[in-house]
Amino acid sequence: MSVVLPGAALGPAAPAPATPRAIAHRGGPANPSAATLAARFPADVVRHEVIWGDTIVWIRAGAARDIVRWLRDDAGERYDYLVDITAVEHRDALRPLEMVWQLRSLPYRRFLRLKAELDPAGALEVPSLVPCYGSADWLEREVFDMFGIRFEGHPDLRRILMWEGYAEGHPLRKDFPLRGRLSRAEQLSRALAANPEARYSMEELTVADAFHELPEEMKRRLAAERRGGGE
Amino acid sequence: MGLSVPPGRSSSVTVDPPSQEGWVTTRLEFLVNWARANSLWPMPFGTACCAIEFMATAASRFDLARFGMERMSFSPRQADVLICAGRVPFKLAPVLRRIYQQMPQPKWVISMGACASTGGMFDNYAVVQGIDTIVPVDVYVPGCPPRPEALMHGIMMLQKKVMAERSLGRQQYEEIVVDPTSKLYIPPSRIDELSEPFGNSVHQTRSAP
Repeated sequence: MSVVLPGAALGPAAPAPATPRAIAHRGGPANPSAATLAARFPADVVRHEVIWGDTIVWIRAGAARDIVRWLRDDAGERYDYLVDITAVEHRDALRPLEMVWQLRSLPYRRFLRLKAELDPAGALEVPSLVPCYGSADWLEREVFDMFGIRFEGHPDLRRILMWEGYAEGHPLRKDFPLRGRLSRAEQLSRALAANPEARYSMEELTVADAFHELPEEMKRRLAAERRGGGE
Repeated sequence: MGLSVPPGRSSSVTVDPPSQEGWVTTRLEFLVNWARANSLWPMPFGTACCAIEFMATAASRFDLARFGMERMSFSPRQADVLICAGRVPFKLAPVLRRIYQQMPQPKWVISMGACASTGGMFDNYAVVQGIDTIVPVDVYVPGCPPRPEALMHGIMMLQKKVMAERSLGRQQYEEIVVDPTSKLYIPPSRIDELSEPFGNSVHQTRSAP
């Protein structure tokens, strides 16, 4: 494990970081990673644009892991910090769902936002980034919980905010009613019937003996210790 | 709410000055209630901004110790008052219910703030619309969040309620028995889970005598 100082790859001659001023809504200088990415993955990079000074690169969802792995490992990019994984569903029903990955290169002081369009009527599946970044684990679980997007290759894809066995769907989807699908009384009685210990991992369950109440599939997974991720 | 009463007013306490022996006579029920009302140990169940106001109430400026409540009990086994400060999501509903069941009788509940009392502005898929759907509530404190004065007013209302109770009645010291077919029923084995012996007694892990 080595310490990476911010801007370490820029060299001593690089200008000191300054707060940008008078940023245009659209246009302006793009992150140089966008051009190298388009040259390196011509089939998977759709386009890029600069909005409020942030570079957004649109990619094919299926290539996300390869692109992110290259961005992380390439000596000229070094995106060593995964800031966030999230998703967007627009109110316009004709617009597709968007997956969003926000990356940060500490050595080069660069932000890069990757976006991929997903067909809401399709399978809603994207490759998991857990093999690249361990921190993607809980972020992807949250996106799965809230949007129902499945992450292929995730070691432990289950709900994180709502409880295990929550039956009303994925709350941040636009077709989800604000108050949920069930009546208040039904929601409360289902919540009270849930065992608070039943959603924890094997390690956490050593203090609360509720292992037998887990779903079968989860029991098998935990028993095989297929949990956690990273390389 | 002390034992001394201004002269000329009727009281439950009779002081006998001429004897100079320093003893008083009173009703046992009054004495028990007086002791209970002035040493309520709160179990803070703080989930949101109301908990910050609750901390301010407990700190030096507002000084909850004046009411005998400075001893926060973070073990439900040694608490008298459950102060639910903040919104309770559905995921936390069974936890709150279990903490309430882990508290020994007699016990009271203060619902602090709009969210705990009604769900507040969080009329959505995730938040319980008032904790009185899970546990019985004695005092509702309005506010978003309530100021410390409001919480203290609620606490004084609770003290009045305690003073007016039949302290020697069976319901004050017998555990509440929940119908096993009810959704609120938690088996005693699960109530006892995770409530380790605390303090000087090993008998507090039991759900019922």
